Amino acid sequence: MMVAGRRIVLRGALAAAGAMLVRAGLAQVAGEPRVIKITAHRFAYEPNEIPLKAGEHVVVEINSLDFVHGMNIPDLGKRFDLVPGRITRLELQPEAPGVIDFVCDNFCGEGHEEMHGRFVVSA
Amino acid sequence: MQRRDFLALTALGGGVAFASALAGCATRAANTATGSGMAPADYKDFYFVQLSDTHWGYQGPANPDAAVTLRKAVATVNALETPPDFIVFTGDLTHTTDDPAERRRRLAEFKSIVADLKVKPVHFMAGEHDASLDRGAAFKEYFGDTFYTFDHKGVHFIAIDNVSDPGAKIGEEQLDWLRKDLASRDKKAPIVVLTHRPLFDLVPKWDWATRDGAQAIDLLLPFENVTVFYGHIHQEHHHVTGHIAHHSSKSLIFALPAPGSQDKRTPLPWDASAPYKGLGFREVEAEDAGVEYKLTEFPVVRA
Repeated sequence: MMVAGRRIVLRGALAAAGAMLVRAGLAQVAGEPRVIKITAHRFAYEPNEIPLKAGEHVVVEINSLDFVHGMNIPDLGKRFDLVPGRITRLELQPEAPGVIDFVCDNFCGEGHEEMHGRFVVSA
Repeated sequence: MQRRDFLALTALGGGVAFASALAGCATRAANTATGSGMAPADYKDFYFVQLSDTHWGYQGPANPDAAVTLRKAVATVNALETPPDFIVFTGDLTHTTDDPAERRRRLAEFKSIVADLKVKPVHFMAGEHDASLDRGAAFKEYFGDTFYTFDHKGVHFIAIDNVSDPGAKIGEEQLDWLRKDLASRDKKAPIVVLTHRPLFDLVPKWDWATRDGAQAIDLLLPFENVTVFYGHIHQEHHHVTGHIAHHSSKSLIFALPAPGSQDKRTPLPWDASAPYKGLGFREVEAEDAGVEYKLTEFPVVRA
């Protein structure tokens, strides 16, 4: 399956709880983005498969419960440390169908190698 | 007779299926010195054995024979016709556990088993399974420093730790140490780097990378004769960054899929009809004054 990452519009960045998102470049987007919440804990993201629509503008909010898990999204060239007590926000607007994998890249324990997920972008 | 000739004769005469020299791997004829003063005067042909990813303590279907696989490999190494000069373990000596006491128990058991290796010295490195949950504390109690250098017959060996940081980083402190170690070296000096994770981005989505590995490679690139041996990916793999060859080793517990070949890096299933398939260790023979290396792969148990 084609990876959508190369066509994705990555609009956001890591932000502490309560901080404003980076808004630049969003003027043409109508309405508020859909917010998707992900919880990270040993040894899973919940949910770990997130369906998206091509062209859909979303904000992903990740909350880590127990460890500074990582969230590496190689197809986007982005990674984040998910610090417990802080919300990590990521704005996405995928432009084409495909799969965008992400993985915990901070070794977090016995089940670390099972801690991964993906965005599945449909047409 | 050179050792390579001995190996060839052994393979031909005994039908031993282990002669698998890797054409093109770290063979840089243009850099081969012939009386240019590049080879240290004390250089002599030698070889060492690389073992990796033994994951002592693993229990699971990917290796129902896990309790004895390491012992069998030790016996195979001890039975080599020509003893190596030394042995290296490139990390993941033990399978990870969240229990610090159990981690130490596994490290102690591993150390006890490999104490049966006849050849000394043995150089140990940590993998993320050994060291990432306590930043190498338990590993150091049993095996000492997680990064170090040693020299052997004119070749400079550098062991780089890219696992004690749970974020798969070498870190500024160690990079400074590496920079200082390299500062006074001749650009033609033969250098071997030992590490656990790939220093380059092999498959980041499988966590097969070192976050700041490119900085280490940049420090090494000015040197003409650098070869990297690593583990982590549980299979033989060969890659070149610039003129630096990177060779990963098989595991001694279970094999993993080819890089990026499927969604998840799940272990390959155990094949009861071919136990230890995909597992093994290797000999690394330094030739041409340490600028060329001949790799010979061995199974856990030889026929």
